[in-house]
Amino acid sequence: MKEISVGNSVVEQFYAMEYGPAPEDSKETERWLDAHQRRFVHYIDGAWSKPASGEFFATNNPANGDKIADVAEANAADVDAAVAAARRALPAWQALGGHRRARYLYALARLVQKHSRRLAVLETIDNGKTIRESRDLDIPLAARHFYYHAGWAQLLEREFAGYRACGVVGQIIPWNFPLLMFAWKVAPALAAGNTVVIKPAEYTPLTALAMAELAMEAGLPPGVLNVVNGDGRVGALIAAHEDIDKIAFTGSTEVGRIIRKATAASTKKLSLELGGKSPFIVFDDADLDSAVEGLVDGIWLNQGQVCCAGSRLLVQERVAEALHEKIRARMKTLRVGSPLDKSVDIGAIVAPVQLERIRSLVDQGVAEGANCWQPETTLPAKGLYFPPTLLTGVHSTATVAQEEIFGPVLVSMTFRTPAEAVELANNTAYGLAASIWSESINVALDVASQVKAGVVWVNSTNLFDASCGFGGYRESGYGREGGREGMYEYLEPAWFDERPKHRPAAAAAQHAAPVADSQPIDRTVKQYIGGKQARPDSGYSFPVYGQDGAFIGEAPLGNRKDIRNAVEAARSAGKWAKTTAHARAQVLYYMAENLAQRRDEIAARLARMVGHAQAGAEVEQGIERIFTYAAWTDKYDGLVHNPPMRNVTLAMNEAIGVVGILCPDEAPLLAFLSLVLPAIAAGNTVVAVPSEKHATMMGDLYQVFDTSDLPGGVINIVAGRPAELAKTLAEHDDVDAIWSFRTAEDAMLVKTGSIGNLKQVWTNDRHSFDWFDGAQCDGRYFMRHATQVKNIWVPYGE
Amino acid sequence: MTIRHEEQAAHQVGAPSLELNGRPLEPNRRIPLNLDWVEEVRVNTSAVERRAATIDTRRSVKKQWQAAWLLRAIACMDLTTLSGDDSVERVKRLCAKARNPLQPHLVKGLGIEDLNLTTGAVCVYHAFVETAVKALEGTRIPVAAVSTGFPAGLSPLEQRVAEIRRSVEAGAQEIDIVITRAHVFNGDWQALYDEVAAFREACGPAHMKAILGTGDLLTLRNVARASLVAMMAGADFIKTSTGKEAVNATVPVSLVMVRAIREYAERTGFAVGFKPAGGIKTAKQALTWMYVMKDELGRPWLEPSLFRFGASSMLADIERQLEHFLTGRYSAAYRHPIA
Repeated sequence: MKEISVGNSVVEQFYAMEYGPAPEDSKETERWLDAHQRRFVHYIDGAWSKPASGEFFATNNPANGDKIADVAEANAADVDAAVAAARRALPAWQALGGHRRARYLYALARLVQKHSRRLAVLETIDNGKTIRESRDLDIPLAARHFYYHAGWAQLLEREFAGYRACGVVGQIIPWNFPLLMFAWKVAPALAAGNTVVIKPAEYTPLTALAMAELAMEAGLPPGVLNVVNGDGRVGALIAAHEDIDKIAFTGSTEVGRIIRKATAASTKKLSLELGGKSPFIVFDDADLDSAVEGLVDGIWLNQGQVCCAGSRLLVQERVAEALHEKIRARMKTLRVGSPLDKSVDIGAIVAPVQLERIRSLVDQGVAEGANCWQPETTLPAKGLYFPPTLLTGVHSTATVAQEEIFGPVLVSMTFRTPAEAVELANNTAYGLAASIWSESINVALDVASQVKAGVVWVNSTNLFDASCGFGGYRESGYGREGGREGMYEYLEPAWFDERPKHRPAAAAAQHAAPVADSQPIDRTVKQYIGGKQARPDSGYSFPVYGQDGAFIGEAPLGNRKDIRNAVEAARSAGKWAKTTAHARAQVLYYMAENLAQRRDEIAARLARMVGHAQAGAEVEQGIERIFTYAAWTDKYDGLVHNPPMRNVTLAMNEAIGVVGILCPDEAPLLAFLSLVLPAIAAGNTVVAVPSEKHATMMGDLYQVFDTSDLPGGVINIVAGRPAELAKTLAEHDDVDAIWSFRTAEDAMLVKTGSIGNLKQVWTNDRHSFDWFDGAQCDGRYFMRHATQVKNIWVPYGE
Repeated sequence: MTIRHEEQAAHQVGAPSLELNGRPLEPNRRIPLNLDWVEEVRVNTSAVERRAATIDTRRSVKKQWQAAWLLRAIACMDLTTLSGDDSVERVKRLCAKARNPLQPHLVKGLGIEDLNLTTGAVCVYHAFVETAVKALEGTRIPVAAVSTGFPAGLSPLEQRVAEIRRSVEAGAQEIDIVITRAHVFNGDWQALYDEVAAFREACGPAHMKAILGTGDLLTLRNVARASLVAMMAGADFIKTSTGKEAVNATVPVSLVMVRAIREYAERTGFAVGFKPAGGIKTAKQALTWMYVMKDELGRPWLEPSLFRFGASSMLADIERQLEHFLTGRYSAAYRHPIA
């Protein structure tokens, strides 16, 4: 420095008024790396563990291409060792109880804070994100996540009574928020009493290893946390591992599909947090300058490598040009450069392949007619950089309007009315987040309620807190991270471990045996679609026999087209979700009334299939179950969260949409009601496939529905061969969730079939549900599966 | 070109041309009151606060850059004394400090002898204008007078206008007026416009800085609207506070005013200056405001013609930081002559 005279350069800068370099001092972190000889192995069973293969891979600094360290590459033997360690550690870890686990999580929170700068610098050199972000966002949010979940560990036994941990959890995390995603995954898993095998992304393995070291410092029992490294092949080993009970994945939708498929044959619980193309909606009454800053925090955070980035700007025509002008002016002041520089806004892209992908998508956008604008920015000569980019004049048909670019590229479209804004916002396969800018709370909340997204930010963007669940709709995945709902991803009902109880026999005694009619009138049972009885498209029927093998009647043999028609009817009945909960409850109560009125004849017909005792119990309990879900309809409320800022976050329990339900053979009537009722209570519409063996029963059911003011299309019933119908339903892209409570083969079939639109899947897996046990089937557990949580952030203040 | 405009141009020797995003600008002139524009204003408080909170986490200047920025803070400083116990000698001492804000060894050490660095102005009550003018003879340092019933601004209008005239006659080249806050609360934009326009008229060739009393206005939307009306009425600068309100210059308030200046420039082609005042005491705070000016408005708004700090104790902290820059040792306040 001293070769330039200080005085001269001060004078020069007095006129130039430039920012100059302001590098974060990375010496301490470099020292830490050196202390590890810049060579890291796995963390298994509480100790550093050499890779079985002896193979290492390099992790590089994307800001300059320099190698930072070598990291062990895992193979099957390493993954086996990690899973075995986790399995061994499980009993003792669970026996510790919530309070003891809370102490460990608290220690991890404190350790993250104590070593915050090392972790921040490490994150920045490994990932390329700016030091401001790693220092002010990633690390504090990670610490907060451990604190928050220390709290859930403490409260676990009381607040999650009746639940137990899943067991050994496999976690696969992405490179865009390496440490934060580590915290999001590990904290709830450990709080709930699981043990963990986690694989960081191969581009960014270092902070997870630093956390492993801190876990040792915290004295975390060996095997509770295991860290193995490597690329997608290691992820595949984890996803397919037989001794893992749950997989939690954050990453691309493409890999999410692979994991869904890879776990289809298993009973692993699965949560996926995938990609997005989140709308950023600006109304003409918005504070435009603040909206521009929202974009800076939205699409230009972390170089746009954010799954919930507000990448799709939807701006009301009247202010579009003004907003674009403001955006361009702001883009000129964004500083692109060394991520360790404290005055830099946009750092480096994580890897060459990502940079190439951004380039080619922008080129494609231009080729498809978009206007591309970039400020005059000098990019550093070395390293992986991409300038902030605005694409205007984009149509919804363009590739860049549909595909996730995962770079600092904003795509802009215009709309005229709020209705059109919603239509454009929802015109995507994704549904992760949305940002809505308007000074009118009426407009903002109205749009928030209609947008298909798991997280909605009003007049803000990219706000995160451990207390507010995060996760997507549609192909952005399922499951939530954070909040109470995030804990359920790592818990199962305790009764999963028990065998089903005996079905009550006594309840039916009071029902008289049916009197056989000597010459009954032929009864035709049809499919029930859109509130009408419909002949099966196939033109075939199949026979249904009684317990004694006697012919009872014929049921329609459904095919693909019946399913297609039923899904269409269910989709058209979407208004049901907007009907007030009170009104939905009235319909359910009315159903109970009508079922009660016809209890004897229905029980009599059912008795021929399942015997008097069970038939009586099914009808009696069925009436009660209808009451139960009529009661829940207006009581399964959301929550209001208070993250540490002036804000309310409204956690709304929303309907999922169209739910396909494959009903089991046992308790044909009661199980049908137990599954369909929570779905419609929550506002979903349903396509149900009844038990094939008892399909004629549907005739009684739809007569009850028909007389109960149930709007057509809310419940559709298609009988037939369940496996065939299940495949069509599971593969149908307009079905939002599929539940299978039949065989293991059916479960696998629907899981495999679900990957097309990544619909939510709920199956009984290896567990027998006791439909006669109200403790299992009467409540929140079912309502939770029938809903998805939308977190709407509403900062306030005048 | 009026005297006022020549004055403005003179301040810009070696400075960038007056422009915003490539568009050349002119000094402000009164325009008709545009009520639609005033009513259209939208300010989201939470969002403004979030942006304000990250301004100094997104920017940092170090070493010679920091030294240069702090020197510029001095050049943009209205060195101020506005106390009931002000006296002639106190004002003379202030003026001496304004002429030589840094000790010779710092000037030499920094190699900035040729800059002839002074503060941007000296700001006093009317009673001391003549004293200050005399004490600053031979320099280009203007004297600014607070006026119009400062700080409440509630004396009769004729008296307030007369006060301006007398200060200008006494040699003040800059007049810091205060608005009637009630006009803002009542949404009486016409009254506010008329008042500021009358003051501007009375200022004649002198620059006028309109103090909005933002701590009294309470909502950021009010701040934005009052800013626009003051600019439409011809204010050369808009200024946050008197320094006498419970809350004075804050970053969110400044951000709103600076954005109003930008919007006004974009729509009219006129440049208006900004002066945050009250509570800005440290070198670090000075840098925060300068980041706002540079990033929101651009380089021209780091010239004293378009940017001033209203400050009294900030200079002492800047001196300490500059000494640290030169010696590597932390300095003590008593080692620097007081203003």
